[in-house]
Order: sequence, then structure tokens, then C-alpha cells
Amino acid sequence: MLGYALTRIVRMAITILVIVTGVFFATRLSGNAVDFIAGEGLGADDRAKLIAYYGLDSSLWEQYRRYLYSFADGNFGISFIERRPVSTIVMERIGPSLQLLFGAIALTLIVAVPAGIVAAIHRKSWIGSAVTSMAFLGYAIPNFILAILLILTLSFWLGWLPSSGSGTWAHFVMPLIALSAALIASLTRFTRNAMLDVLSQDYLRTARAKGLPERTVIFKHALRNALITILSVLGLQIAGLAAAGNVVVESIFDWHGIGEMLVSAALRRDYPVLQFGVLSVAVAVILINTIVDMAYAAADPRVRLSNA
Amino acid sequence: MTQTFVEIGRTMDKGSRRTRMAGAVGDLWDDTNWIVRIAALLGLVLLVLAIFAPVLAPYDPVAQSLLSRLGPPLGIEGAKAGHWLGTDELGRDILSRSLYGLRLTLGVAFLGAVIGMLIGGTLGLAAGLLRGLVDDLVMGLVDIQIAVPFTLIALLAVAILGGDLQVLVVVLGIAYWEQYARITRGEVLRLREMPFIEAAQASGASGTRIALKHVLPNLMSPLVVIFTVNISNIVLLESTLSFLGLGLRPPTATLGSMVGMGRDYMPSAPWIVATPAILILLITFVIQMLGDWLRDRTDVRLRDR
Repeated sequence: MLGYALTRIVRMAITILVIVTGVFFATRLSGNAVDFIAGEGLGADDRAKLIAYYGLDSSLWEQYRRYLYSFADGNFGISFIERRPVSTIVMERIGPSLQLLFGAIALTLIVAVPAGIVAAIHRKSWIGSAVTSMAFLGYAIPNFILAILLILTLSFWLGWLPSSGSGTWAHFVMPLIALSAALIASLTRFTRNAMLDVLSQDYLRTARAKGLPERTVIFKHALRNALITILSVLGLQIAGLAAAGNVVVESIFDWHGIGEMLVSAALRRDYPVLQFGVLSVAVAVILINTIVDMAYAAADPRVRLSNA
Repeated sequence: MTQTFVEIGRTMDKGSRRTRMAGAVGDLWDDTNWIVRIAALLGLVLLVLAIFAPVLAPYDPVAQSLLSRLGPPLGIEGAKAGHWLGTDELGRDILSRSLYGLRLTLGVAFLGAVIGMLIGGTLGLAAGLLRGLVDDLVMGLVDIQIAVPFTLIALLAVAILGGDLQVLVVVLGIAYWEQYARITRGEVLRLREMPFIEAAQASGASGTRIALKHVLPNLMSPLVVIFTVNISNIVLLESTLSFLGLGLRPPTATLGSMVGMGRDYMPSAPWIVATPAILILLITFVIQMLGDWLRDRTDVRLRDR
């Protein structure tokens, strides 16, 4: 187990270093960022001052070195637009994003696990087909189209919910649904398949042969074994899907989280914010994935034996 | 998904190769073949519409006409004559814009998928055939690609490099290369052990010849499956970027940017977003359906269930 954990941690460190480096050089690719923020009528003097202000006057390697240092002292630069430290801006955005994320995880677990179990048990009947079809639809609908459909019906036609913004619980409903739909669909499919995998195992036949009631077989023997896989998938999938989903859903509903920040920074070419935001989210996702992976390996010896 | 979960089970059956990918799909569609047939037919219609868009479109997709702004589709009161699906906020014909948008969306997605297959296939082939350092490097890159949500990278790339067609196609191309690389490498590793490769080696065939003549043809069916599924992922990624305003510069429109621009007029003119939104839905629906079906066809374990 220790060997497996070490391998994973080293791989994680390499991944993070590559991304940190990649993001740095990518943002320097486009020429001098000062020319984007300052516009046309900038004199040579002022231009030089601005370049020095943002620390863009030194050599690329010097900038890279300072950039790496910034991870130690927490000084990640100043937003081109808001003229505030990017770390402050990102910190403000984490709370709203987490709200939405935890809400989505809770909703996903509540809906998807039971739905997946039902689909697996009744896979030959219409109930199973209905659940599978719903999951298929949920997966095939892009979240921005779902969001727009929700706004069109629930806000404009029925007038039940506000179309954007945050503050009350009513603002929470549509973003939550739009963010969760794909997660629910994907976890339902995984739960169904994980349950089917377990249900076809020999020990399940043994359990039935012993004369155990079907309920005990399903919940005690099958679900418990499937649950490890289901929870790991949730951990791995959610981190990635939610990061991507957040970007879209938060922008549509004007929810002031990290995702909305990233999009507006990208649109306004606010590189310091974009750079630090992308890094924060990427590192968070990688951390979560590594932890989930290690937890999964700890729970299931087959994984670490085949992978270490 | 990290490698931990991606297990590639393989079975030989009557000489054809069957590949199983993680995240398998229900067997529902196996029994209901007519749905797959409808999907295939719809797909064909969409393709024809996209290919013949310049012939079919009644108007120039970017021609503005302020006199016929915000006209509803035919059949609704206030419709402007000749504009079947209505007009947008600048009086542009929605039918024409949607046809061109469909063409661009599908074209960009197809190019992106081809680039992804070329990059991923080549790297996967190299990794599987050469092993050693090349293998470690390629798989390391695959790990990194899997670890980071690609939407983030796409946001960064488009913001930095701007909304050119080339930038968009390349970004979409590198979005999913690792899927091809993984499958190609896995298949190559499996094929290497096959008797017919040994026979080719024994009869003195060169490494290049074995790679091109014996290994590559056997990779085709798994690659076709991924390619199909991939197109829908790429359409989604492109639509999302364009929707957010990070796609091509206006007035060139893909379906995603039409939805994005029309969003502001939703309360009064919902038809502006309706047509492109429905087209995006149809594309993803059709491709997912066909992809799932193809995958089920080539998957022994699923079909046995």
C-alpha cells in the first residue's frame, strides 16, 4: 500500500509541476499582456512603467522563477481589471462554488444511487428501461441547453424562479438542477453497471442459494460491494465534470463562483486571474482524484496490486 | 477517469476483435433497434443539411436586414414573409444561419476528431511498439491530460490565442487525443503477442511493415468506435465554448454561439435560440445513440447480459 501511495503522490507532483509550467508559458505566448489592458493611446514611458508594475520587464526565466516562488509566499499577482490581488478574488469565489458543488453532490447521491439500483434489479422490465433512457437523455443534453430550457419554462413562462443571481434559496434551484443532471445521469449508469457486475458474481448466487431474503442479498451483499466503486466514481467523475459544469452553469445563472470568474477573466483577458484560477481548480481536481484513488486502493486490494 | 478504472477486457471471437471500455452503457438499445435506425436516418439528414447548406439556405447567413428584425417563425402572428424559422435581432434569417452553423459545427468537430485520432493513434502506436521511455512519456502525458478538466485548458487557450478557426480546431483536436492513445496502445500490446505477428516477424517483415500492414488494420474497429463517440463530445465542447463567447468571432456563427447570442432575447424571441438548440440536441442524441450501439456491438461482455 505504501508503495502504491508513493507512486501516486509522485505522479501527482509531476502532473502539478507540468501544469504549473504549461500555464505559465501559455500565458506568455501571446506577447506582452500590457498591450491588451492598456489599449491604444499608451505612451512609451507609461508602457514601460506598467510593464515594470506587473513584473513583466525581467527575462522569461526570471519571471518563471518568481512565479514558482509565488506559490511559497502566496503572492500570485494583481488582476488587470480589478487591480486587486488575484488570491483575494479567488478566495471570495470559493464559497459560492462550494455551495453549488456540495448541493450537487448531495442531490446526485440521493437520486442516482437508488435509480441505479432500481435499473439494475429491474433491468428486464419497463422500469429499468425507463431509468436507463432517462439517464441517457440526461447525459445527452448539454448543460447549457438544459439551463436555457429551465430558464425559459420556470422563469419566463411560469414565473416561479428568478432567472439569475444569488441570495435566496429560489436562486439555488435551477443552477443545482443544471449542474447535477449530467452527474446524476452518469452516476446512475455507473451504479447500474456496478450492481450488475456484482449481481453476476458467484457469491451472490451462494447468498441466494442459502435462502437469504432478496432484500438482504441486494442491500447487504451486492450494494456494499458495489458501493466502493460507486463512491470512487463519484469522487473521480464529480471533480472533473463539476469543474467543467461549474464554468457553464455559473456563467448562465450569474452565480459568482470560480467558474463564472474564469469565464469573465477569459473574455476580458484578465490573465493573472485566469492563470491562478485555472491552476487552483486543476490542482484541486488532481488532489481530489489522488485522494479518491488512494482510498479506493486502500479499500480494494485488487487495484493496488494491478497498478503499483 | 484515471487508469485505475479503465480496464480493457478483450475476448477473441470468430477472428474479430471486441473491445470493452469502462463506463458501459445499458443494453436497452440492443433490443430496440428501430431507435438506432431512426438515429442513423436523422444523422444522415443532418449530414446532408450540413453538406448542402450553401445550396439549401435561402439567404446569406450574415446579411442583416433591420426592417425584418425579430420576426417570429411562419405561422405565428407577425412573421416576416420568406423567413420560415424567423429572424434574429439583426434581421438575419435563422434557417440560413442554422444551416451554416450546423455545417461549421459538424465540420469543426470532424476535423478536431481527425486531429485527435492522428495524434493519439500515432503516440499510442509508438508507445505500444517501442515501449520503454517512449511508452512512459506517452502514458505520463495521458495521465496529465486525464487529470485536468479540459474545459479549463480550452478556456485558457482560446483566451490567449484568440477566436480563430485554426485555434478552435486545434484545441478541439487535442481535447480527447488520450482516448485514442490509450486504446491504440492497449490493442498494440495485445496484438504483439498474437501468433500472426510472430509469423510476420519470423518471415522477416520489417518493424514498419508489421506496424502498418499487420497492426494498424486491426486497430480500425476500436478507433472507429471512439471516433464516433468523440464527435459528440467535441460538438459539446465547441458549443459550450462558443456559447460562452469563447468560440469564433462574430458574425461567423456555430450553433453554440447562436444559442449564446440569442440568450438575451429569450423572453421576447425564444425562436432565436430554439432552432440551434434543437440542432445541438439532435446531433448529440444521434451520435451518442450510434456510438453506444457501435460499442455494444463490439462488446461481448455487455451483450451477454
